[in-house]
Amino acid sequence: MRRSWWKILCVILLLYTFIGGFLMDVPRLPALSETIRNLYFHVCMWFCMMILFTVSVVYAIRYLRSNKLTDDIYSRQFAAVGIVFGVLGYATGTIWMSYTWADPNNSSFQSFGAVAREPKLIGAAIALLIYFAYMVLRDSISDIDKRARITAVYNVFAYALLFPTIWIIPRILPSLHPGGENGNPALDTNDIDNRMRLVFYPAVIGWTLLGVWITSLKIRLSLLKEKRLL
Amino acid sequence: MRKIKYLSALIISLLLTLINYAQTDTADMADTMRSNGRIYVVVAVVVLILSGLLLYLVRLDKKITRIEKNKS
Repeated sequence: MRRSWWKILCVILLLYTFIGGFLMDVPRLPALSETIRNLYFHVCMWFCMMILFTVSVVYAIRYLRSNKLTDDIYSRQFAAVGIVFGVLGYATGTIWMSYTWADPNNSSFQSFGAVAREPKLIGAAIALLIYFAYMVLRDSISDIDKRARITAVYNVFAYALLFPTIWIIPRILPSLHPGGENGNPALDTNDIDNRMRLVFYPAVIGWTLLGVWITSLKIRLSLLKEKRLL
Repeated sequence: MRKIKYLSALIISLLLTLINYAQTDTADMADTMRSNGRIYVVVAVVVLILSGLLLYLVRLDKKITRIEKNKS
């Protein structure tokens, strides 16, 4: 194990998230009721994805300045783990949505038509698809330097597209998702109660550290694999 | 007569707000699960799964470190 203090911090924060997330008091809200605890899990997936994609684009720009293949490997692995967290966030959101947004007089399958028009859902799907295309683009170019340069440029565009698709457009259109036309979901003071912040902020840090940990393993593995090229 | 009408309207509207409060208070929480302690079973299962996954990650980390040392 290398440089392990933040790994220990990650373990402690995640254990705290799981224990405190289930046992501590939450506000009693209609429709949401106990599912509000999903805030510690579902929302953290998106926070983690956003941070990993940000690191990925930083390494992409570093590659473009330095032309060092290590930067390209870093950028790719951060994007890959970011995609995993994004897919997890999307999947957990689907489950949560089908129990809270669906019309109670209609089964969730029948009210699917209304729910599927959610701008937040469509935006997140577009953002993830753009990053899937990043992976496809990487694998379709066999020349290593060309692949690194083209995908680094693509990474910058993909990152730029994250903002309209998941941050701006869902807020302009009417949406059931929290933080539609009025502010930030999960960070707004009207949205989240102080008791929940006590678990939520450590949860964000813990999940992000977990994402970074997994990425660091993947990076070290691919650095070993590509040793003769570097 | 008009005073009584206004007064009753006022009282009814106050009662209506009370009903609204009551509705927010009867959110469907898992209070039974908390009172008989079953929630701890859920927490135990979830924590076990999490620690299993984290242990797996630690072992992977150690394994990669060993390979790195052998190679260099």
